[in-house]
Amino acid sequence: MSTSTPSPVTASFFNTVTLPTWTLWSREVVRFLRQKNRVIGALASPIMFWFVIGAGMGKSFHAEGAPEGFTYLQYFFPGTLMLIMLFTAIFSTISIIEDRREGFLQGVLTSPISRSAIVLGKLCGGATLSLIQALIFLAMAPLTGIPIPWASLPGIIALFFLIGFGLTALGYLIAWPLDSTQGFHALMNLVLIPLWLLSGALFPPTGAMTWVKWVIFLNPLHYGLAALRQVLISPIAAPEASDPPLWISVGVLILFAVTLLGICSWLTNRVQGRNP
Amino acid sequence: MTTPAFLSIETLSHRYGERLALDRLSFSLQQGEIFGLLGPNGSGKTTLFRILSTLLPLQDGTITLDGISLRYDLAGIRQHLGIVFQSPSLDKKLTVGENLRHQGHLYGLYGRTLAKRIEELASKFKIDDRLKDKVETLSGGLQRRVEVAKGLLHRPSLLILDEPTTGLDPNARLELWNYLQEVNQREKITILVTTHLMDEAERCHRLMILDRGLRVCLDTPHKLKSALRGSVITVQSSDATALAGQITEKLSLKPSLVGGSLRIETPGDQAESGPKLVAQIVAAFPDKVDSITLSQPTLEDVFIHLTGRRFEN
Repeated sequence: MSTSTPSPVTASFFNTVTLPTWTLWSREVVRFLRQKNRVIGALASPIMFWFVIGAGMGKSFHAEGAPEGFTYLQYFFPGTLMLIMLFTAIFSTISIIEDRREGFLQGVLTSPISRSAIVLGKLCGGATLSLIQALIFLAMAPLTGIPIPWASLPGIIALFFLIGFGLTALGYLIAWPLDSTQGFHALMNLVLIPLWLLSGALFPPTGAMTWVKWVIFLNPLHYGLAALRQVLISPIAAPEASDPPLWISVGVLILFAVTLLGICSWLTNRVQGRNP
Repeated sequence: MTTPAFLSIETLSHRYGERLALDRLSFSLQQGEIFGLLGPNGSGKTTLFRILSTLLPLQDGTITLDGISLRYDLAGIRQHLGIVFQSPSLDKKLTVGENLRHQGHLYGLYGRTLAKRIEELASKFKIDDRLKDKVETLSGGLQRRVEVAKGLLHRPSLLILDEPTTGLDPNARLELWNYLQEVNQREKITILVTTHLMDEAERCHRLMILDRGLRVCLDTPHKLKSALRGSVITVQSSDATALAGQITEKLSLKPSLVGGSLRIETPGDQAESGPKLVAQIVAAFPDKVDSITLSQPTLEDVFIHLTGRRFEN
């Protein structure tokens, strides 16, 4: 039996992956730009952190092997960049929790698109937002005496996107199984902030206790931070002794992003079986 | 009936842990009909809706839409379904046009084809002058219209709606139903709608009443009501229980106590029996009757008749 109003579209890779990924991605960006408080919210607190802690530490901080005049504001700059990207990425995934049960995502989940497109759209969206915020903060670098490395800017943009992608995936992974945003905030304080604290953002791993060193070594955020330090700080100070070379950091970041993308797609693919 | 069912649901059961929300439910829809699913909260209709819309897994039983099995071809079913959720699924920060474009992209529509389809639906639902407005600036009734337009964008063969008029004022409700009936007639789209409102249920071609996961009855609203051929007398009294006993004793009637008031169904074969009985009850218990009404049976009466309970939980 045929229907009187047949659906005109056939399932192709373009229809079920490319087009929906693009549409969900652009939606994230447009939404974000329309909510000015989100733009400011994710920038303001890290910048305040950076300024207060950086100015407070002043010259009492001295990293091993760093040249004279290397300030804590400079040391802390890549860490703040990381925090801004973490905040932006995480906040972009909180909406999943409510959106899925009573919001825009209901319609996305019941559409015939590939589940990977749902995840890809969200992660690329979150990564783009992180990139935008990171670039805004990067523009402030010269104020602290860190030059903007114009020549390697395309590489830096790619690095920002890669870090943002991984962090958004981490947020997605936490947000997807949750029922309430309160739960998300609890996990954020319990897992995500400590993950950032133990990435080497606040203090160099060299002087830390052995177990802290191990946590830092196993922490994917550490590799994002090491890569950022390499491209931003190396022109003014010697690289951190414990930082891995750039290619290893980027390799770990890619592995992290791809693995999480796989897990997120798997999670999304399972039809939910909860009480309505 | 000789025509094969368009949507066929067979022995569908669903459990949440120990609780059985749907119990071996079977029914089918013919192409082109408006089918109503009526039931109080907890009747299982939302569970049924969520399984049909592919948000909940199919645990037990089969669902087939136009020959496509929901168990084996989720994407195929999704392409054929238009869905209007009870809670808004529009992005309020985006404009009406942007919402519709995103929806089109999710169903593989783009470019000129999509623009033409949006234009067509916008004019049908009279939202063409609001396409550039953000959804959050629209009234509740208008937002619902956009939701329905969104559900119809990819020309689904079955439109399912979960209590689509929730939160709307009576005028907006009426308007939405007029749109649904028009879509059903002009585009020959089969519609399945869940509701807990009796007056909406009466607008459906066929109606299934669901209670505690079980099918209570399925028929046209007219036939369901004519099963109660007589009329219904409702008596309000400060001491309804005592009055019930006295009515049984004196008038040999069996009133039922439903939601604090007494309810008597009069025999359908005696048209005059209703007014007569009212007069008899008032004459016999002048002090005990606070108020008394005589009415034609409604779908609510059908529900009470079949389940022994009022429709509200």
